[in-house]
Amino acid sequence: MTDIYKSLVEIVGEEHVSNQKEERYFYGRDPGLTPPHEPDYVVMPETTEEVQQIVKLANKEKIPIVPKGGGLALTGLVIPQKGGIVIDMKRMGKILEVNEKSRYVVVEGGVTHGMLQNYLKKHHPKLRHSIPDSPAISTVVGNAVIHGQGRLTQQYGFNSDMVSGLEVVLPTGEICRIGSHSISPYWFSRGAPWPDLSGLFLGWFGTTGIITKLGLRLYPAKKMRDVMVFLTDKIELVPDIILKLTHTEMTEDIVVNEQPLPPRMKGNIYILIIITGDSDEELDFKRKIIWDALWDIFESRDGGFLSVPADMKPPLLEMPSRDVVRFADVRKGGGFEYSGPIIPLEKYPEFITKQKELVSKYNLSYSATSRVIAGGHCMMYAFAFTFNRADDDEMDRIRKALREAAEFTVEQGGMMWKPTIEEQKMIIERMDPNTLKIMKKIKELLDPNGIMNPGNWEA
Amino acid sequence: MTDYTKQIHRCFRCGYCKFPSDYSDFNCPSYARFRFDTYSTSGRLWLIYAWLKGEIEWSEHLAEILYSCTTCKNCVEQCPMKFSSDIVDWIVSARSDMLEKEKGRIPPRVTSFLEDVYRLGNPLKERGKRDAWATGIKKYQPGDEYLFYVGCLGSYDEFGQRMARSVGALLNEAGVSFGILGNEENCCGNEVYLLGERELFQVLAERNIQKFKELSVKKVVTLSPHAYNAMKNNYPLVSNAYFEVSHYTQLLCGLLRENKIRPSRNKIKVTYHDPCFLGRYNKIYGEPRKILQSIPGIELLEMERNRENSFCCGGGSGNFVTDLLAGSKESPSRIRVREAYETGADILAVACPSCMTMLQDAVKVEELEDKLAVKDISQILTESL
Repeated sequence: MTDIYKSLVEIVGEEHVSNQKEERYFYGRDPGLTPPHEPDYVVMPETTEEVQQIVKLANKEKIPIVPKGGGLALTGLVIPQKGGIVIDMKRMGKILEVNEKSRYVVVEGGVTHGMLQNYLKKHHPKLRHSIPDSPAISTVVGNAVIHGQGRLTQQYGFNSDMVSGLEVVLPTGEICRIGSHSISPYWFSRGAPWPDLSGLFLGWFGTTGIITKLGLRLYPAKKMRDVMVFLTDKIELVPDIILKLTHTEMTEDIVVNEQPLPPRMKGNIYILIIITGDSDEELDFKRKIIWDALWDIFESRDGGFLSVPADMKPPLLEMPSRDVVRFADVRKGGGFEYSGPIIPLEKYPEFITKQKELVSKYNLSYSATSRVIAGGHCMMYAFAFTFNRADDDEMDRIRKALREAAEFTVEQGGMMWKPTIEEQKMIIERMDPNTLKIMKKIKELLDPNGIMNPGNWEA
Repeated sequence: MTDYTKQIHRCFRCGYCKFPSDYSDFNCPSYARFRFDTYSTSGRLWLIYAWLKGEIEWSEHLAEILYSCTTCKNCVEQCPMKFSSDIVDWIVSARSDMLEKEKGRIPPRVTSFLEDVYRLGNPLKERGKRDAWATGIKKYQPGDEYLFYVGCLGSYDEFGQRMARSVGALLNEAGVSFGILGNEENCCGNEVYLLGERELFQVLAERNIQKFKELSVKKVVTLSPHAYNAMKNNYPLVSNAYFEVSHYTQLLCGLLRENKIRPSRNKIKVTYHDPCFLGRYNKIYGEPRKILQSIPGIELLEMERNRENSFCCGGGSGNFVTDLLAGSKESPSRIRVREAYETGADILAVACPSCMTMLQDAVKVEELEDKLAVKDISQILTESL
């Protein structure tokens, strides 16, 4: 029988493998509410070849593998449900190439959003990428694999829509190139005009392969950014307001907030509208168009623009936003989790009504933050609840609330974003049987021994 | 100090503690060295919480993780939560509890550090006289304006002694009335405190304060930022005896302003490494730079990570002796000297004897000795007179 620990040491060196309790404890948990399950080993490769050797070893020995980036999905997606090897990808942290003309970057599988942001600012100040609201340690690959969103999602879609190529280590150990890079040195397209094979890996939560390199589209970094805040107490008007805003095609990002604290915010919906420009004239023009778009709502006294003091703007414009994680300390307890379904725009009022019902039923602290996606074709609605990690009862109530939120999402025709394993089962039960059949075939074809992040997307 | 056992679960493990404010690199020294999340601040806090709850038991590995923290306060600077200012106190309190509850089962090198301070009065295993270095520098006498507190490294370490001599020479040059304690000096206890040995810290602090009282000391100037920190921030917890404490860079800065020291032209390129206990702990960023910039012809080149984002040399919390972060090209001191070299500077300026010893060793291992000299600010100033 192979000594797995020894074999892993031979691949990555002793300093980069652990089977000790402390690493197993930490890597067996995430900041959310999913019950822990510990890996047998944690390993930190530095190259694609090392990843390949680890995968070959695991496939031969039929040991589960879970690739991990920042580990901040909060829904337990990198908790190794059946033990095995957690591969911490963050040592693969090189930014390999920036193509300024075709506007893309190629990164290794462990590059963090924070480091990419810094690199672009320093070396390519005219370019930017879509920075998520998750902390700076979240990785570009991890975010793409869960179809994450970012500051450019309103304009260009999910962050995964911006992927322009992949290098993947398949569960059987082959290295596979996806997109234009499969035939050329360029990483400008993930598939089109040919079959787009990136769909075999994005959204699969590491169950079909390990992404070791990723091409990502970059976008113009405008010189100036500003935030406008539109306020309404009419929940039912929110879809229409978003429709009017997206019609202008003038906004970078649109985020809809509703929260009970501080008390002055209670009862109102705050719509954050981010605009960008290269000159004051451009920004003024955009402000005027946006004003005009919402004029009739203002005139009917159903809403209006909030005057945002200059000192309140930086936190609203900060990327990534540190305010997001501060939500975890509202209950002085270090935790929050959210179910973030992707929903049709017109369903916003039903979802916020449901959230308030859950808050009342389970006595919870909450925040409802939604982001408009791809010009308003849909939005992400976050049923976000904060909890005290030392309060088991509160955590249990939130689990129940999130379960109800997920059931409600399915009833309303929404799609759970980065679903927990329990939610994945709920989805699979309701999915069109032939869709499920295709998913099963793909999984069996790519991962015949079922070693990749087992427990996830299991039919 | 807050009761950490009731607070420590508040860490969300968001990971901001791993970075500087611009996310240019990993800025937690032990995380940069080991790269398992367990060696980051959030890793430690989660493991301490698990240990308190009985979910994990004490192990040598847990102790190593806990003691490899240099208490550099990068996490305090970067954590976005309201409790951020308490994080290092929590880690120090957990070390203290570990000493007590686990009956002293801490890394052997830490045990040795504490035992040596207890038995010998210093962690360097030195049995000789503390004032052997001090040729031309007199003992403190009541009436002197300043007591020059040189500390353990200044007393015994080759590079620390050079620093102490250099500072002493400058103070003499400027006509400052000062003296040292010599063999009557005790360890400042800064590292002892941070390693969690509160009783020993209490003894050391009381001894020093008693000595200051006996000699009617009103002003203390320290060679080491570690001693400056202990005396400024921790001694008041032990005694309400009042004395003014400053770091030597503050004193030199004032003497330059008063034209009591007049540097000549010195065409050199220098980059300055902010010591944690001067910078993040006490917000002294300006004075060391002002001293360097007072030298005509000098070019001060900043490293990417500077001031509150400075990357720790890895020597804090006794690691300049225990060296729990050594042995890799990713050891913090080696990362730091590479960063310094990248600026194009000829000299890496320091203002701390611990940083000095850590970075001196690192330039040798990195084979940069001929390209990058590590010098204390007072030495650079002396060479510019």
